[in-house]
Amino acid sequence: MIIRIMGEGQLRLDSSAVDELNKLDSDLEKAVEASDQAAFSSALQALLAKARAMGVALPPDAIEPSELILPPEDATIDEVRDLLTDGGLIPG
Amino acid sequence: MGVMKRVSLIFRAKANKQLDKMEDPRETLDYSYQTQLELLQKVRRGVADVATSRKRVELQMNQLQQTTGKLDRQARDSLAAGREDLAREALSRKAGVQSQLTDLQTQYSSLQGEEEKLTAASSRLQAKVDAFRVRKETIKATYTAAEATTRINETFTGISEEMSDVGLAIQRAEDKTEQMKARAGAIDELMATGALTDALGPPPDDIQAELDRVGATHGIDDELERMKAELAGGSAPKEITGSGGQADSSVGQPSGTSFQKEQPGSGGA
Repeated sequence: MIIRIMGEGQLRLDSSAVDELNKLDSDLEKAVEASDQAAFSSALQALLAKARAMGVALPPDAIEPSELILPPEDATIDEVRDLLTDGGLIPG
Repeated sequence: MGVMKRVSLIFRAKANKQLDKMEDPRETLDYSYQTQLELLQKVRRGVADVATSRKRVELQMNQLQQTTGKLDRQARDSLAAGREDLAREALSRKAGVQSQLTDLQTQYSSLQGEEEKLTAASSRLQAKVDAFRVRKETIKATYTAAEATTRINETFTGISEEMSDVGLAIQRAEDKTEQMKARAGAIDELMATGALTDALGPPPDDIQAELDRVGATHGIDDELERMKAELAGGSAPKEITGSGGQADSSVGQPSGTSFQKEQPGSGGA
């Protein structure tokens, strides 16, 4: 499965790794819903660290859509909220 | 549904909306290629902008660094001249300048990080654009419009995801650079009015002026002492040499400070 960490690039990882990512992702989601900045930061860092540890970088000339897209490392809680809104942050 | 999946669906929806606009899917490829080239230009400009901002911050850091050095010397000179009040003032200004410096250092590394990220994004995008150009010609040559659709969809979705990501990265870098420009402008203004860098600025530097005055008075006092000793006769030449040694160190001070005084003077001229 291919995932993208925004601002960093794409990674290929084993489908079995998705469960672990999903667990961390739900922490992130809760933090966003609760507007809990501290929980948000640690959840985002944990999620990205896990993805980086389990994934292998795709070659730069690969052109493939990602199944999952992770927010950039320095994203704020508001930016992630905007990312989740159609017509929000994502340009084009 | 988690954050990761929702974000990817939104990226995909954007790509699909654009795909739907095109009658012949093969047109989409040429159109997208043009957009990619424009985006590449934009990222490169972004990298250059961030680099310019970073250099400006670097320049300011150097100026402030010099100011702390000067305030530090002034504090020492003041203490040597027995003016603890002046030394305290110089040190408190130095603390102010230093906190600006710390702040700038943070901005500097943030800009540096932004520059690195954009540079990496630029080369990733370049690699993808090159690959895209080859793939688009292959698709156009090999497939009929109907057959091409699936391949085009996937390629287009893949490249448009990259473009959205890069586009957002540029926006973020621009925002940071704008903030930085505003701060740098504010610091330049503080420097120009001398509020921050009194020691360096062309307006009369009050600490330095006071120090020079103190230095001059000391010099005169010392000279008077020496003359008095001479008039008293050669009764105690050893003692004079001894006090002369002390006088030398304080005589050295005024000459040191009057040298520093020339800096604002020549800067003003």
